Amino acid sequence: MTWEPRPVPDVTPETEPYWTAAGDGELLVRKCHDCGLVYHYPRSLCPDCFSEAVEWCETSGHGEIYSYSVARTMSGWPDEDLPLVLAYVELEAGPRIMSIVDADPSAVEIGTHVAVRFVDAADSTIAVPVFVPVTD
Amino acid sequence: MTATEPVSIAGAFEHPTREAPDKSTMQLHAEVAKGALEDAGLEKRDVDGYFTAGVPEYETGLSPLVMADYLGLDPSYTDTTDFGGSSYVAHVGHAASAIRDGRCDVALVTLAGRPRSRGQATGSGARELRTFQDSFERVYGATNVTMYGMAAQRHMHEYGTTSEQLAEIRVAASHHAQYNEHAMYREPVSVDDVVDSRMVADPLHLLDCCVVSDGGGALVVVSEDVRSKLDRDCVELLGFGEAIGHHDAGRIDVTTTAADRSGSRAFAEAGLGPEHVEYASIYDSFTVTVLEAIEDLGFCEKGEGGPFVEGGTLQAPDGDLPFNTDGGGLCSNHPANRGGMTKVIEAVRQLRREANPEVQVDADVALAHGTGGSLGTRHGAATVVLGREDR
Repeated sequence: MTWEPRPVPDVTPETEPYWTAAGDGELLVRKCHDCGLVYHYPRSLCPDCFSEAVEWCETSGHGEIYSYSVARTMSGWPDEDLPLVLAYVELEAGPRIMSIVDADPSAVEIGTHVAVRFVDAADSTIAVPVFVPVTD
Repeated sequence: MTATEPVSIAGAFEHPTREAPDKSTMQLHAEVAKGALEDAGLEKRDVDGYFTAGVPEYETGLSPLVMADYLGLDPSYTDTTDFGGSSYVAHVGHAASAIRDGRCDVALVTLAGRPRSRGQATGSGARELRTFQDSFERVYGATNVTMYGMAAQRHMHEYGTTSEQLAEIRVAASHHAQYNEHAMYREPVSVDDVVDSRMVADPLHLLDCCVVSDGGGALVVVSEDVRSKLDRDCVELLGFGEAIGHHDAGRIDVTTTAADRSGSRAFAEAGLGPEHVEYASIYDSFTVTVLEAIEDLGFCEKGEGGPFVEGGTLQAPDGDLPFNTDGGGLCSNHPANRGGMTKVIEAVRQLRREANPEVQVDADVALAHGTGGSLGTRHGAATVVLGREDR
């Protein structure tokens, strides 16, 4: 299974550790040492206090669905990937991150517990985090 | 800051086309500019302020240069603030500031586009990655409609809002559209029609979504000195507010929009509240866009939007909050995939008593509100409170 022909992320110096960690099977968030904010998506200055004292933190990769929608049709997207469950997952670590829940739509509700999985992008060492439902 | 010098909208023009295969976007800009200036009783040479955002067929980011050149304008002030469909509502407020600062006296605002003729899969198409954030969002296939779908899903979860309640918004819009000869969809629909239409992105059905149309519109905003010389009913800008909503580092709440701030800022400047609004133009990219804006603008409590829109509240002329009496984006048009311009135009028509007679409201104070971008991530909000000259 590879991510393409779906789009692959634009890896920048600022976000490269996030994507390569995903390639190694880890989902990272960033934490600010000065104000304590745990945030996503990654950026070099804390979006609450502009501190540069921010670090990468590994997460459990677990969370629950905050909200979702099911795309029944989508031009420019592989047909075999439809219907597509787009979701915000509220991580145990705190932030809500947008992703896909790789599951039949009937298995998905707000509050459904999910865990991260990683899908390799074919042409590099990076991977893209997606989620699957799990039972506790 | 208090707005002191009166600023008015003197001209408003909506392009009648909904499909323009044989015209350019630039031509549509020019046609609406001409129409709005004629409506105001002004000449092109009177224009000394120019406001626009996005010329979609030419994504250069240089729209003031491209457009001023094409239109033959010599503005002393330009602004191209772009946060999607709310931009043109914001331009009215920005024009007022420029006029009060003495930077210009006659500000022209234009919008045009041809997504229908260009065959764009507007709301349900995957898009290439354009912004930094797209690598964390669009990479997953996030589309406009799924992002609004997430807003609707969470609203339903938290507040018990139903698909039938969302459908009431389309029902009211379609009731109004039947009287608009230019509307794309003029057939009145029922709640059942909406909830029985095919699901596009749960929980949003096809009839929860706006039209894809070509077209455009323009406004002329003028100083008090110019207004006093015009032989034209003008509409006064009583208050303006704008705000941006975003992902908030991962704390995003998709049930609340930046309308909570743009609205309160506009009302504060006007010295009025939602209880004074007798007609509301509310951006309607999707039914849920309206529902959340109604709550955030203060027309009802947060979470009460569903019950509020039941029972014909939004239907003109007799509902408590008649809205989008041209049929809005849901039924009439959504030029350039950006509906903020037409929200202001219909509010101006209502205050001038130029709306379609069957839906004309006896309103002295109206509100127009734009939502741009996506409720699921980043969005702009802009609100104007408008009043009749003789109110």
